[in-house]
Order: sequence, then structure tokens, then C-alpha cells
Amino acid sequence: MLNVKNLKAKIDGKEILKGLNIEVKPGEVHAIMGPNGSGKSTLSNVLAGRDNYDATDGTVMFEGKDLLTLLPEDRAREGIFLAFQYPVEIPGVSNLEFLKTSLECLHTYQKKPLLSAVEFMKLAREKCRLVDLDTGFLKRGVNEGFSGGEKKRNEIMQMLMLEPKLCLLDETDSGLDIDALKVVADGINQLRSPDRSFILITHYQRLLDYVQPDFVHVLADGKIIKSGGSELALELEEKGYSWLESGTEQSANPLKV
Amino acid sequence: MSESNVIDERINSSYDAGFITDVEMQTFDPGLNENVIRKISAKKNEPEYMLEWRLKAYKQWLEMERPEWAQVNYPEIDFEAIAYYSSPKSQDDAPKSLAEVDPELLRTYEKLGIPLHEQEMLAGVAVDIVFDSVSIITTFKEKLAESGVIFCSLSEAIIEHPELIKKYLGSVVPVKDNYYAALNCSVFSDGSFVYIPKGVRCPMELSTYFRINEMNTGQFERTLIIADEGSYVSYLEGCTAPSRDENQLHGAVVELVALEGAQIKYSTVQNWYPGDENGKGGIYNFVTKRGICHTNAKISWTQVETGSAITWKYPSVILMGDNSVGEFYSVALTRNAQQADTGTKMIHLGRNTRSTIISKGISAGKGSNTYRGLVNISPKAEGARNFTQCDSLLIGDKCAAHTFPYIVSKNPSAIVEHEATTSKVSEDQLFLCQQRGIDPEKAVSMIVNGFCKSVFKELPMEFAVEAGKLLEISLEGAVG
Ligand SMILES: Nc1ncnc2c1ncn2[C@@H]1O[C@H](COP(=O)(O)OP(=O)(O)OP(=O)(O)O)[C@@H](O)[C@H]1O
Ligand SMILES: [Mg+2]
Repeated sequence: MLNVKNLKAKIDGKEILKGLNIEVKPGEVHAIMGPNGSGKSTLSNVLAGRDNYDATDGTVMFEGKDLLTLLPEDRAREGIFLAFQYPVEIPGVSNLEFLKTSLECLHTYQKKPLLSAVEFMKLAREKCRLVDLDTGFLKRGVNEGFSGGEKKRNEIMQMLMLEPKLCLLDETDSGLDIDALKVVADGINQLRSPDRSFILITHYQRLLDYVQPDFVHVLADGKIIKSGGSELALELEEKGYSWLESGTEQSANPLKV
Repeated sequence: MSESNVIDERINSSYDAGFITDVEMQTFDPGLNENVIRKISAKKNEPEYMLEWRLKAYKQWLEMERPEWAQVNYPEIDFEAIAYYSSPKSQDDAPKSLAEVDPELLRTYEKLGIPLHEQEMLAGVAVDIVFDSVSIITTFKEKLAESGVIFCSLSEAIIEHPELIKKYLGSVVPVKDNYYAALNCSVFSDGSFVYIPKGVRCPMELSTYFRINEMNTGQFERTLIIADEGSYVSYLEGCTAPSRDENQLHGAVVELVALEGAQIKYSTVQNWYPGDENGKGGIYNFVTKRGICHTNAKISWTQVETGSAITWKYPSVILMGDNSVGEFYSVALTRNAQQADTGTKMIHLGRNTRSTIISKGISAGKGSNTYRGLVNISPKAEGARNFTQCDSLLIGDKCAAHTFPYIVSKNPSAIVEHEATTSKVSEDQLFLCQQRGIDPEKAVSMIVNGFCKSVFKELPMEFAVEAGKLLEISLEGAVG
């Protein structure tokens, strides 16, 4: 599904990603952990095609397409979804309007039939319920005045609506109370399927208690420095990152899994 | 590429209404003197009283000076280079029905999306059509007359309803009010006249479409709306003009009179030609709009201003009667080299008078957008209240927004609240939209529409949609 090879990327001329490799196959869940400022959000932004995040070297193939040549909106339409670490507000634009426009853009591109207003409303209400957001939220401006946890749940709600192929979740579990964490995890598990993949960026084991990852990677200083199974996350939780950073080389391509 | 570069790249869009109608016109030679005024008055078969009024106004105008205080820049206007009257030849014998109107003129309005054949028209909307200096036709006149409503061209009212004209014309905006108003009084050509009788709720929306077509002509229309005691009317005006390289002057005056307990809702969708991306051409829109509220009356101004090279207008309300209410809802969009200096004046004279001002300014490109508002509470306006909210939205980093709220409160019991915000369409917002599959152009229009929502909801239904579309077209290419 996604194949990233030797990816290097700069923000405003400063190199942040320094030769990163990762391969994600359909149905897999990958967790990426790593110290603050190591480049995790940068990776998700580069994959999603954000302005100013310039890939300078390497390749990114998504379902056989060269992702780096696509416009951000076309990447989304191809099925890449990014749940933002810091969701932004769009005052005055209701969640409903936003979601409807978004879904229409996606379905048009994917040559799927558009939903009728009634079907759309039914779907939106149902997904709201799944993430435990009152349907009143649909009428409010996008993230406008939402609490931190509500914003995160709203990201999951959007993900459930759009049914992407590859979901990048950038610290969606941060700042959530226990119940909200469960809601987010349920949302992810609900979508898990043999042809859908996830990259979960997280600092904590607790999300991974609910969503079993197939692989765990450690990203430090713009590179994946270690990869393993779900047990690696437990080890990290216990020992932190310092034991890895001191000298451990990236093991002989553990990512070719 | 940075956000501003991206936005820069495509600030360029089409003006759909920019075509020219080819009909035979009779246009006065450029220039302004007493004789020209006599000729205008004669052309309209005006009674003597009107000619005298015009000539007096002209003398006063000659002694006045051009206002300099607005936050706009433009070369001095040569009033001798403007033609003050222009009308299609076919209008010489005023057509009595649509069937008699020159089909080329009807096609003009069809192209503008205003079908005039009554069966095709928006249900429940009567239209007065003003083309350059004359009113072409007013629809649904008979139907309105059934409930006693008078809706006709001002020229017709001057002849048919002299008692109302003598009483109210110039009663809200005095001749000497300002430079452009005085000019209008002397040379005004046509416009709409509305009278709603006591206790009548006008059975349909009334609207006027103003079209400037001829080159080098000024359009000086005048509208007078009188809502008698306890009546209600909703009125909308729309404006367009061809794309020309020369600037053209539009100097209108609108007067509203809301007698005791009456309500007037006046909406404007202004889309005069804004000039090209380098600021060449476009309409100078210098307009005086004012209403007066008697006891318990209410006047609402709603405006969506997307056109004109320069907009200079301050629709105002004189809250003379106790418990009267004034409202001003405005969306002004400037892009390319457009300049807008607009706002309102709320003059609180009566007790417990209330006013609300919601202004949304959007600047893109090198556009400059100024809100200028005055809230004046007189010593007698016990318990007066005002709430003002001015929000500015910037798209790109070459545009400007200014806010000049003037508050004069001479009554300690008055409560005046003012809120102002300035925000940008941020890169984060655009990226969020793109990440959800929405292209940047659609994203900007969605964000701007969201920003304007509280004003759009004040427009009559049919026109709220139109206004949204107009914004979308005006923003086309505002980002890439
Ligand atoms: N616009 C920018 N200009 C310069 N440096 C930047 C810019 N944006 C991010 N960086 C730097 O890039 C590095 C990686 O940031 P990134 O947000 O990817 O880290 P992260 O791994 O997601 O961290 P966290 O766990 O704190 O979310 C940081 O050192 C950050 O300061
Ligand atoms: Mg981060």
C-alpha cells in the first residue's frame, strides 16, 4: 500500500527527515514512536503533501502511484487521511457543510455515487454517535470552541465518514481522558479491515493496549532507528529512548516485513 | 511555495456581467450646467416644482467641496467629462408592458440572470429595471396596486404623486448633506419609488436592478421608500456594469421613511464592475443612503458589496422615534486594487432606541477595506443601546483592513458595545480542507462564506444564494 524509501525532507531549508524507510501493507497497523521533535509530524505532513514540506530525496509510492507528485487534495481523494495533532478551527463553516463538501469531493473523484441529503444526514448522525459526540456538534463550526478531546474525537468522526485507505493518526490519543481514549480506539478498530492500513503516531502504550499494532517503529532524528513487534512499545515504555539513541544502528532493514 | 505566493499566483478572475448591450441610445453631450439640468427635467416632462428643486440644488453643489476624508485614493473627477443623461431610444414612448420593451434590453437582463417575463420570474418578486438613466419597466405594478402599494419609477411618481414627493423627497438626505448628494439632487435621472399604505404588509419582495451600459455616463439614480404606519416592506437592489477601461461615476441617493411602527428591510447586492487586476477602470460608487425611523419603527440595511473600483457609502439610520430600531449588516469584499470605505451611522435621538452593526470586511490581493462607523447617542436618548461587531478577514499579505469606529455618547444611561477582530485565511485551514479532498479555491469560498454567515442570513432567501454565488465568483482565483 505505502512504500517509503530513503525519504529526506526539508522545512524552510532545514533537513528534518534524513533518509526514512517504511513499508505498510494492506491491513497492517504500524505504530511510530519517538522523542519530541524527531520528525513524526513532519513525516505525516510530507505524506499528506503540506506546503513548505519539501521532499528532497527518496520515493513514496502509494498503491503504485508516485505520491509526491500529487496535490494534497488528490492524495486525500486517493484515500490518505491525516488526523491532525492540532486540529484547526474554521469559524462559521459547520461540520455538516464541511463534511458534505469533503465527501462530495472524494466521491466525485472516486466515481462513486453521491449521497442524497437524507442518506448523508443519517450517516453523519450515526458516526457522531459512534464517537460519542452529540449530534448538535454537526451544526457547530468546524472545531469551533471544541475542547481538546472533542477535537480529537471529531477527527475520528471524519475518518469514519470518509473511510480512507490509509489513516495517519498524529497523536490522536494525546490529551484524552480514559473514556475518550476508548472511543478513539473503538473508532480505529471499527475501521480495521484487510484492505485498510493505519500509521499511529503516539507517545504512549495505552492506545496500543486497545489497538494491537503489527509493527512498532522508533523514529529519532529523522530516521527509523529501530523496528519490532508490539512488544517493542512495552520495552520503550519501560526504558525510554536513550538506550536506543546511544549507538544502536538501524538493524538490517527490519522494515522489509 | 509559501501561502502568499500561492495566493498571489491566481488572483485573477472573470467579471460575468461585463458585456455591453448594443441598443441605440440617446446620450447628452458631456458637461454640466443649468441648461443640462433643464434638459433632463424637460426630457422627463417634470412639473415646474421639480425643476426648481434641481436648480437650487445645483447652485448649492457649486459652492461645495469634494470630501477628502475617506480612506480611498482616486484622481480628481472631471465633472465636465461626464454625460448626465443617457437612455435607449426605444424608451421614448415609455413601454406599457413587457411586450413593448426592446427585446435586446430584455436579453441583457436574461444574461444577467434576471428573467423579466412575469411567468418566469422568481415567484413573489416585483422588479423595477433601471438602464443607464431611465427606468425601463416595472413588473407586477397592477398586482401591487390591489393592496394599495405604489411601486414605480421615481420619474413617474414625480408626475403622478406630487404630494408624496414634495413631502418626502430630500426629507431624509437634505440637498446640502454632502457633495455627491447635492450633485445627485440636481441631475438625478431615475430610480424607484415605493409607497406602502398604513398597516399593509407588502405582498411580495420589491427589487430594482441598476445597470450602467453607456460609456462616459454617470448614473445618478434616486430611490425613495415610504412605509406608512404599521406597514412592512422588503426591498432589494442589484447593480452591474460593463467592463470598461474608463472609470465611471455612480452617485446615488436612497431615502427611507419608516413611519410609526413600520418596518423596512433594504438589501443590496452590489456588483458594479470592479476594474481589472491593475486597477484600470471600474465604477466609483459614491452613494448616500439614509433612513429615518419614527416611533417603534425599524430599518435594516443589509449589503453585500463585491464590485466597484471604489465604494464610498454609509447606509445610516436616524432613530428619531422612541423604541425605534436600526440595523446594518454588511459584507464588503475587495480584491485586486479595489478600495472600499464603508460603514454606517446610527443616530440615536429617541428613548430606548436600539442599533446593531455587523460588518464583515474581506480583503484579497491589494484590496483595501475600511469600516467607518458612527454611533451617536444624543442627550435625550435615554436607555439607548448599540452593539457593533467589525470583523476583517485577510486573504494573502498584500491587502489591508482598517476599522474606524466613532462613538459619541451624550447620555450616561446608554450602553454601547464594540467588538472587532482581524483574522487571516490561514495556511492551516487551507491544508485541513485540502487534506479532506477540498481544493483550495472551494476551501477559500467556504471559509469566506462561513465568515459572512451572520450577514447572509439577513438577506431574503432567494438572494442569500445569489450573494453566496457572487462571492464565490469574486473570489475565483484568490488562491491556488
Ligand atoms: N516551520 C518550521 N521551521 C523550522 N523547523 C521546523 C518547522 N516545523 C517543524 N520544525 C522542526 O522540525 C522538527 C521535527 O518536528 P515534528 O513536529 O515533526 O516533531 P514530532 O516528532 O512530531 O514532535 P512531537 O512529538 O513533539 O509532536 C522539530 O525540531 C521542529 O522544531
Ligand atoms: Mg508531532
